[in-house]
Amino acid sequence: MDLVQMQKSLQDYTKSLFLEGILDSQFLQLQQLQDESNPDFVSQVVTLFFQDSDRILNDLSLSLGQQVVDFKKVDPHVHQLKGSSSSIGAQRVKNACVVFRNFCEQQNVEACHRCLQQVKQEYYLVKNRLETLFKLEQQIVASGGMIPAVELGF
Amino acid sequence: MGRDGGVSCLRRAEMNMMSVGGIESTPAPAPAPAPAPAPAPLDLDEVHVLAVDDSLVDRIVIERLLRITSCKVTAVDSGWRALEFLGLDNDKASAQLDRLKVDLIITDYCMPGMTGYELLKKIKESSNFREVPVVIMSSENVLTRIDRCLEEGAQDFLLKPVKLADVKRLRSHLATKDVKLSNGNKRKLPEDSDSVIITPPSPSLTISTESSPPLTISPDSSDSSSSSSPPLSPVEMFSSSPIDNDEDDDVLTSSPEESPIRRQKMRSPGLD
Repeated sequence: MDLVQMQKSLQDYTKSLFLEGILDSQFLQLQQLQDESNPDFVSQVVTLFFQDSDRILNDLSLSLGQQVVDFKKVDPHVHQLKGSSSSIGAQRVKNACVVFRNFCEQQNVEACHRCLQQVKQEYYLVKNRLETLFKLEQQIVASGGMIPAVELGF
Repeated sequence: MGRDGGVSCLRRAEMNMMSVGGIESTPAPAPAPAPAPAPAPLDLDEVHVLAVDDSLVDRIVIERLLRITSCKVTAVDSGWRALEFLGLDNDKASAQLDRLKVDLIITDYCMPGMTGYELLKKIKESSNFREVPVVIMSSENVLTRIDRCLEEGAQDFLLKPVKLADVKRLRSHLATKDVKLSNGNKRKLPEDSDSVIITPPSPSLTISTESSPPLTISPDSSDSSSSSSPPLSPVEMFSSSPIDNDEDDDVLTSSPEESPIRRQKMRSPGLD
């Protein structure tokens, strides 16, 4: 694949993530913060998000797995995940966290278990998609090209 | 000259600066910004912001947002660390205090231990830092929370996730404040500050659509961003676009309905 084709693929791929609601405009905000002095800013922040989220999801699994669920422990984790996913534009993860928090408030253990599954699903999805996106970018950069801006004229 | 920690002179050139590359280095021959908790050497040309957020992701983002708008940033992860940095964590006056210049404090609201609100109160209680503008960030758009913070003297309230336009707006307010260095305690606010400073972030208190960022994917706003330039790197596209200027104006003009209450609250105690 030549450079132009790769760039087109990247643009189409990125666009699809927005169309599917996996990413929202906050991701574009992050891209605006990337420049020659900080060429890896987005992937750096996203990597931190992945590390943070892996830890939180682990803690959540543990907390919800207790005989008696302590929602005072569960809710702050979900709040944190909601915040960080919102900050990077992971819209579906954020939305799943919002639902999760509502059930935390109701102290509905069963519903919370389902919510955790939903959050995990959305998280693995965005993680997978963003990893693919970064790979595409790396291929372009390795071929000497520039990352094209996302054109959202749809 | 009383260094109460809140005063600085900003060159207008810096206010207008929106350079693409090399943003980390300012026009002034200043040392490279280092996010060390120790008091930085005095540099009257740079705006120094203390950012407080327990979330690592948010800290990185806010730090970058501030750096890209030409601020020096010290980012800490808790209210206690912020107080420690400011020398407010014990009763002894810090010997280093007169070298510490903080022009803005921006803090998350929801933090374990000390909330942003509690931090705000402590700052407003201190004689050295009560005039430093404090901005609260929160992911929750709760009017009572916002009011409480403004009543306590917060300069502004930003809804998370924080956008570049929000930070640019804050930055331009800092640049327009005149400073009376003679008595060191008074800060004259520009005439138009009444309608400008306490503007709510546009998506929250007015209309809740994602109208502020120029690069949203809603059909009506996307055309302008995509047609304005040939394919460039995201930053180039951003800096060549005139859109964000217009959108800043929208934010400014959307304030009048909020301003009657906000105008009063804006005058923090001890200023006049």
